[in-house]
Amino acid sequence: MNQPTPGLPAQIPVLALGDVLLVSLQGELHDGMAEQLQHDITNRISTSRVTGVVIDISGVDMVDSFLGRVLAEIASTARLLAARTILAGMRPAVAITLVELGLTLPGLVTALDVDRAMELLSQRGS
Amino acid sequence: MSEQDAAASAPQVVSSFLEQRKEQIAQRWADAALFRSVFTISRDEAVEACKAVVDALSEVAVSGQLENVSAPGFTDVRDQLGRMAATRTRAGSTPGQIADEVARLREPVVDLLREEFADPAGPQAHESALALTLLLGTLRLVVMETALDANAELIERQRQQLLEVATPVIKLWEGTVAVPLIGTLDSARSQVVMESLLEAIVDQRARYAILDITGVPTVDSLVAQHLMKTVAAARLMGAECIVSGIRPAIAQTIVQLGIDLGSVLTRASLADALAYALSRQGIEVSRADAGASAR
Repeated sequence: MNQPTPGLPAQIPVLALGDVLLVSLQGELHDGMAEQLQHDITNRISTSRVTGVVIDISGVDMVDSFLGRVLAEIASTARLLAARTILAGMRPAVAITLVELGLTLPGLVTALDVDRAMELLSQRGS
Repeated sequence: MSEQDAAASAPQVVSSFLEQRKEQIAQRWADAALFRSVFTISRDEAVEACKAVVDALSEVAVSGQLENVSAPGFTDVRDQLGRMAATRTRAGSTPGQIADEVARLREPVVDLLREEFADPAGPQAHESALALTLLLGTLRLVVMETALDANAELIERQRQQLLEVATPVIKLWEGTVAVPLIGTLDSARSQVVMESLLEAIVDQRARYAILDITGVPTVDSLVAQHLMKTVAAARLMGAECIVSGIRPAIAQTIVQLGIDLGSVLTRASLADALAYALSRQGIEVSRADAGASAR
């Protein structure tokens, strides 16, 4: 599982938009990539002035317990560094699967899409 | 009856009898209520239908599977029998009455069969009549089975229609959708509700979703669980979910059952829920004349 799939980048790009970090997850997330992502986000928050992290999962077909835990961990880490994490763009099918699995991701703030997530961050930031 | 025929087994005798007397049997059956009421256009049509049934019976008799409801011989007439049973049901017959009507087909055929034999009371005649009775009993079962299958299909179709009809998602305001739930909430329906609500949240870009349970007669732990799942799924999509329309009796039941709805935002009525959603979005609704008099 640690081997990245050919055709997929080994590293997930983390974009900075002002004081917000934007991460867009696509397809499947492997153990190594998840670890790298957590590391990247934590570093970026601590080195620059970041107040919010938006994780866009509109390109993800399936969220399992592993990805759920990774997301929760990113949110907790970011909170320790005084940044808010918002999970954006979950598909209806993914939401239903998660709920059926009993994974309601209680610690995460959610938004319909990236646009809404940015709105939420700016509202609470002010 | 010749010596050769006497040696033949009862089912074969019945089969050849049915084959030979097809026309006569069909003529007699065509006047029976079962056929007459279905094939109303012409008597010839009824006779043709009777012949098809006789053919099928003859085929089953040859195969020797007198008591086998799923004998291949019945396959061809199954559709026709189903249509007949359905027509009788629409005309107000109960399944029992239809079974009686099929049973009444027996007498004329058995009478005809007995006439075939030189000695109508002899063991040969008796055995053949028994085989024929058995065969017609099976026909009765086939008719009932087909009728029940048709009914089951109808019920399934209506259940599907009910699922689709009973769960509309209404846009109450820009960014606010509501689902008025009516009737008992089971797993299948709650799944449909959840799917349509989440789709609506995406389509309408809704921030608030209201689940109105005014029309839900009882709430038990299972229904409560379904509600909580729907609320959780809506939250994952970034919408806040409000459960409204909890009647006093239902509120008491929920408390007595010890169901914890603490994580769910609740309001007494749909109006209250809408008012909450509007106020959270910074929308103020006020009386037009109240503003005028204040000026």
